[in-house]
This record gives sequence, C-alpha cells and structure tokens, in this order.
Amino acid sequence: MPDRDDGRAATGAAPALEVAGVSVQFGGVAALSNVSLRAEPGVVTGLIGPNGAGKTTLFNVITGLQHPDKGTVQLDGADITRMGTHRRARLGLARTFQRLELFSTLSAADNVRVGLEASGRATASTAVALLGRVGVGDEAASPVSSLPTGSARLVELARALSTDPKVLLLDEPCSGLDERETQALGRLLTSLAAEGRAIVLVEHDTNLVLRVCGMVHVLDFGEVIASGTPDEVRRNPIVQEAYLGHADDRGDGA
Amino acid sequence: MSVFLSFTVLGIVTGAVYGILATGLVVTYNTTGVFNFAQGAVGMFAAFSYWQLWQDWHWPFLLAIVFIVFVEAPLLAVVVEFVLFRRIHGASVERSLMVSLGLLVILLGVATIFWSSPDIVRSVPAYFTSADGTVASVHLFGANGVTIQDQQILIVVVAAVVAVLLGVFLRRFRLGVAMRAVVDDPELVAMAGAKPFRMSQTGWALGFMLAAVAGVLIAPLVGQTGLTSTQLTLLALNGFAAAVVGRLRNLPMTFVGALALGLVTQYCVGYLPGHISPGLASVLTEVVPVLFLFVVLLVIPAARLSPAGRLAVRPPPRVVTARQSAAGALVLVAGMVVLSAMVGATALSTLSQGMALGIVGLSLVLLVGFAGQVSLCQLTFMGIGAFTMGKVFGGDSWWGLLLAVVVSGAVGALVALPALRLRGLYLALATFAFGEVMYSAFFDNSSVISDGTSIGVGRLRLPFVHVVGDRAELIEVAVAAAFCAVVVGLVRRSAFGRRLVAMSDSPAAFATVGLSSVRTKVIVFTLSAAMAGLGGVFYAGQQGGIGANDVQFIGSLTLLLFVAIWGIRTLTGALLGGLTAAALPVLQTHLPTSLADLTGLAAGIGIVLLARSPDGILGMAWLTNRVHLPFGDAPAAAGELLLDREVARA
Repeated sequence: MPDRDDGRAATGAAPALEVAGVSVQFGGVAALSNVSLRAEPGVVTGLIGPNGAGKTTLFNVITGLQHPDKGTVQLDGADITRMGTHRRARLGLARTFQRLELFSTLSAADNVRVGLEASGRATASTAVALLGRVGVGDEAASPVSSLPTGSARLVELARALSTDPKVLLLDEPCSGLDERETQALGRLLTSLAAEGRAIVLVEHDTNLVLRVCGMVHVLDFGEVIASGTPDEVRRNPIVQEAYLGHADDRGDGA
Repeated sequence: MSVFLSFTVLGIVTGAVYGILATGLVVTYNTTGVFNFAQGAVGMFAAFSYWQLWQDWHWPFLLAIVFIVFVEAPLLAVVVEFVLFRRIHGASVERSLMVSLGLLVILLGVATIFWSSPDIVRSVPAYFTSADGTVASVHLFGANGVTIQDQQILIVVVAAVVAVLLGVFLRRFRLGVAMRAVVDDPELVAMAGAKPFRMSQTGWALGFMLAAVAGVLIAPLVGQTGLTSTQLTLLALNGFAAAVVGRLRNLPMTFVGALALGLVTQYCVGYLPGHISPGLASVLTEVVPVLFLFVVLLVIPAARLSPAGRLAVRPPPRVVTARQSAAGALVLVAGMVVLSAMVGATALSTLSQGMALGIVGLSLVLLVGFAGQVSLCQLTFMGIGAFTMGKVFGGDSWWGLLLAVVVSGAVGALVALPALRLRGLYLALATFAFGEVMYSAFFDNSSVISDGTSIGVGRLRLPFVHVVGDRAELIEVAVAAAFCAVVVGLVRRSAFGRRLVAMSDSPAAFATVGLSSVRTKVIVFTLSAAMAGLGGVFYAGQQGGIGANDVQFIGSLTLLLFVAIWGIRTLTGALLGGLTAAALPVLQTHLPTSLADLTGLAAGIGIVLLARSPDGILGMAWLTNRVHLPFGDAPAAAGELLLDREVARA
C-alpha cells in the first residue's frame, strides 16, 4: 500500500514527538515503565495493546494531564515534560479522548469554534468546514449531547484539528463508527498525515492500524514490547502472544 | 501552665466534636460523591431533637440518645437519599452541591418552625452533674493544674471510639470495603453483585448518625443558655476544614485536622494580648476557624485536571439572541412601569429589592451558570459595592456607582486567585470562607460598621433624570436589571462566553485546545463581582443603607438556591430568583407563625424540583412548551437548534 511505503520512507526524519523513558506509578501498580517512542511528521504511528496496557495514561503524560515519575517528553526538540497542558497545545499538540470530553452543553460547531478562537483562527464557516472534513458537517448545529457516540468522536477530532496541530493524538477514534465510516476515517488520517502532521493512533481495530500506520508500537502492562512497521509487528511472536494472536478469543473490543 | 492546659483541653474537646462531624462528611462523600454541606444542620437537628425528647417530653436521656442516633438519623438519611440524592447520582459537582445546600436550608427551616418561638429557652443540662448541681468535673495536676468536665472526657472518648469503629468497619467488613469502592465506579460494584444505592444509603445513614452523635454531644456544651439553630449549623461549617485536611478521603488525617483546628482556635482565644478590645477578641474567635479553612485550601495541592467523561444528559438552555434579549429588556422595563402604577408602597419596595437582587442573580448566571464556578459569597460582593457607594461622593452619586463597580470587581479578582488552583467543591468552600471572613472581620466588626447600624447609602442621582419617589426608583432599578440581562446575554454569545461554558463542561479538553483557565477565571470572577456590586448599590439605595445582616452567608446561599431553582443558566431565572428572595420574607409577615420559615419551605420544595430538573423550573419541558419567557432563554427541546444564527447560516 502506498501510504505505508510513505511511512517507511519518512522513518528516520526528526521526530515531532519524542517520549523517552517515561514511567508512571499508580500506587503499587506500574502504569507505564520506561516507555519510549517517537512520532514523525507525515506518519501515522500506531499504539496498540490490550485494555489497561497504559495507552491512555501515555496520552495523559504527553498532554500534561499526568506527570510522569520518570522520563521526558519532547515536542519538536523542546522539552515539554514540565509544561502546562494549555501551553503544550499552543506548541501544536492536540488530542481526543477515549471517554468523550466534549463541551457537552455547546453545539458541535461551537465545540470546534472554541478551539478555533483559542488559536486565533475563528470564523463560523471554518468550524462547519472542519466538521465537514471529518464527516459530520450535517451535525454542525446539533447539541453534542444529542449525537451518537461515533459522531461525537468525530466532533472531538474536528475540535482537535481546530488548533492546526503538528502532533495529533487520537484515542480510539473508531469506536462507535460503522465499517464505512471507519474506512473514511482511515482515508482522513492518511491525508492528515500527508499534510505533515505526526499522528499517534490508539485503536483496537487492528485492521485499520495495520492499514494506515507507518510505524506501530505495542504496549502491554505498561511496557513497549514491540516496535516496527506493521508487517514486522504482525509477525512478531511476542505480539501475537500478548495481543494479536488472541484477537479472536478476546473479540473485537478486548 | 494552667491556662495552657485549660485551652489545650478545650481545644481537644472542640477538635473531637469537629472530628466526629468531619468524619461523617468524609464517609458520606466517599460513598456517595456528595459533599454534604448540611452535615452541621443534621447535627443541629439532632441537638434540638435531643432537647425535645429529653427536656420537653421527658424521655429518659439514654433512650433519647439511642433513638436519635439509631432511629431518627438513619431514617432521615434514607428519606433524604431517596427524595433528593438518588436522582442526581453522577451529576456535576455544582448540582450536587446545590442540592446539599438546599438540604441545609430545609433543615434550618424545619428547625425554625418547631424550635424558634422565643418564649421558650431550650437549654440542655450537662451530662454529669455533681451532688450540688454544678457540672461534674475532675481536677488534674494539682494546684496549677486544670479542671476537666466529665462530659468533656466523654466527648473525647466517644470520638476515639467512633474513629476506631469506623476504621474497622471500612477496612474489615465486606459492606465497608464495597462502600469505599462504590463512589469510584458504581457500575463495577453493581456487577460485583452489590447494590450501589444500598451502599450510598448506608453512606448517608452513617454520615447522618455521626452528625447526630456530634450534635447530641455538643448540645449541653453550647446549650446551657439555650440552643439556636444557625449557631449550631454554622459551628459545624467550621469543621469542614478538618475534612479538607484529610483531602476528603483520609479519616486519620481528618481527625488530625480536627484536633489542629480545635487547638489553634482555642490557643488564639487563650493567648490574645490582654489589651485588645473584647470586640476584636470575639471577631477573632469567629474568624480563626474560617481562616484555618482558607489557609488549608490554599496549601492543599492544586487539583489536577482530569478527564471527567461526563456528558450532559439534557440539552442546555438555548442561547438568547440579541433581539430576544433586547425584547426581554423592554418587556421587563415596560412591565415594571405598568406594575409600579398599580401596587402599594410595600410591593414597590419589594419589587425594587427583587430587581436589585436579580442583578446579583445575573452575576451568578455568569459565574455559576456559565462558568461552573460555585460562589457562596455573592452577597459579600454585593455588600462591598454598597459599602463603597455609601462611603464615597455622598452616597448617591453616579461616580460612587462607578467606583462601587470597580472596587467590587477588584475584590472579585482577588477571590479568583485562590480559585485558580481550586475547582468545584474546594472553590465553593473557599468562597464560603472568604464570605465568612469578610462578614466577621469587616461587616460585623463594630469598628467598621457600628453594631446594629448600617452605612447610609442614598438613591442614585442621575444626570438629566429626576428620580423621585419609590416608583421612579423601581423603574430605575428595572432599567439597570434589564441592562445587566442584556450584558449577560451578550457575554454568552461572545467568544468569551463559549469559553466560559467550555471551561465548565470539560476543564481537561479546555486545556488541550490551548486555553488557560487562569485568565478566564479571573475575568469571570471580576465581571461577576462587579455586577453583584452594582446590584448592591441599588439594593442598599432602596433600603437606605447596608449593614451586616444584609451580607450573611445564609443570604448568599438562599439567593443562589432560588436562582438555581428557577434556572441558573437563564436570564429570566436570575431575575425571578431575585424577586423570590425579596418577596418571601415580606409574604412571611402575612402568614401564621406556624409557617415561620417560608424561605426554607420554598427552598425545600424547589430543591426537590432541582433534583429532578437540572435547569430548574424553567428547564421543565411541560412549562417551556406552554409559556413564552421574556428573554426567550428556555432550555431547548431535544434536538432543537441552539446556535447563533451566523453559524446556522455558514
């Protein structure tokens, strides 16, 4: 597939995001231990692993919602480990949430507008255009509390895009989407990466991950157990044992 | 030495009572997620019940205690849980706070109905008396030692027993362990085979029982000269600091906090320099516990932003358009012009007061309704505005009004500083503490405003317009209220307004789009306090002055509740809330004394409604489908557009 080849070609470029040796303890439990990964511009980097592997915690560390006990986070070469969440966002970091974090009493368009206004790019029409790009243009005027989960996730994606981020973290954007919508999202991610953004994708839909990602990291019990191209990861026996091989037993969402 | 020992003993005893109350608070909070502001009111209720059963109905005192702690308190808890709190499980902090504040007002109201007639002194004798009728006590450490009352020892022993039993229950017993889990994830606990509502019922019951224990224990200490309901309720509010020391989670730390609070308060009283005036001493006694709370709030680690994953269950109120708010403003002013020609003097002044309080209500819409920052000191801002007005430019000048707005706004910005680190519950507690400190140290301080008097504030003299008489004044206040309503509507439609709502809906997402809540919070606090100050100018102008009684915590609380009951995210709700708060005390005078506390009753009924409809009365579908509100700001029906027209067009 061409986009995957693009991804390979980009490997080795300066990373937009670099996580190095990050550890997080929750009480006696190691949520993350010594996690390192990088995301490069123009590449969709996949992050897969069973539930509870620490994927969302890692996103929280990257965005500053969780302080790491050890390790550093760099954005475009600058150390942002101790920086506040909103300042990281202004440097070009955006994310969506696994459990929705919409501005729940605003309309879909206003959700996006808040982001646009925050980054000084506000017009009402850009909000609707962004919603259109992610595929929920018709819902612009709807209160987000009335949207089905799938559409609400796409509104979150549009809001994340509203700040024109260099690095975009997506936490399970496909849950709640049907097959056709998932395909469309895959194409959207590829085109967002082609604009030069670094995208980190946490997703349980392994087909999608293997299709759009140029690089995949596998997280299990808070540790990166494998990294590589989709093909390398798919063939990796450790990964098959920990995650992929059990896909059938565990069912789709496991 | 004996001074030190006596105050240590007093400190430990006070601390033990705070400890029992605060532990109840922590237990309820951890099993239900609700911070029960009414914890002290429950204790107050128990203390009065104790007097009723023992002193008035002559029950054996042990039977009375057992009945109150093991029958009355849990029964009350079960009813309260069922009627008020079961429906708001998982609701926002603001809403559950509001309902628990409502419970406080209800309990105060009920106590007022049963136990307020001034011809009876409700005194509770000491637990142990010696043969000669004095309070039984022991004397320790020889001649320079200390005298300890037997009942003081009892209190400390009971507190220790409570602490141990509770610890054992929560760690060793299945139900206790499950209770600790239920607040984190009720669904998970349900899947594990437990009934979450049964556990939150138990949480309420335990909290109420502990409050009752504290109430019964403290009754003879404070009740030798007669119990008073507000004194008891507010006394317990001081104990909140103890729970905050334990970060609302940690029971041992809660007890440590309670002891520290008791000792610090007593030492401050004991070691005041002898030459300071008794007035200042009494001020300090009141201020120290609240300052303690304030300081604790300032030093606890800032709340981390964490994703809440909460979605609004119902669509939010429609955003008023510019045309709607202009029309609403016209209707309001025209309505008041017509009404003012038809009613008598009492109604005129009540309407003026209501409109002025409505302006304060609008300031709450900005702060609480839009930005989700609960303020329990809005009347303090109002008082600061009125005080400034009264002190400068003759008390009736246009310039005084400007300065009043500026000064109260500046104070609002100051209050926002602790608010920057605090959210939800802790913020509400900080505003409570600020209001109390201002009340005790400023408004109720006889060196600022002489006791029982007020600072004179005149009616605003406008350039080019003659405002003479009550009627003209009502119209003037109505114009000001209409202006404020238009401003609040304007703010909501602006980028800043969207920002306020976004910050309230999801602080985590707010930060991830690059917005800092610091600036937003400072601005909204400033705006809101300035508007409350403006309301204060008119409020005080109408009644000729401002005094300590106008700025009490309970007043801030009732106004907040009435605005919330009508609909805290609507302009109409704010104005109706102000009118209600002004009208009820007047209506009261026309009613039989058996309905002594109309405000409490109305708040009670209203809070039950609020538990069912988050947007209050104006948010109820059956009403909004039938009635057109002047400001057109009723909550939208499901799926209805709630956008500015520009976006709809785009």
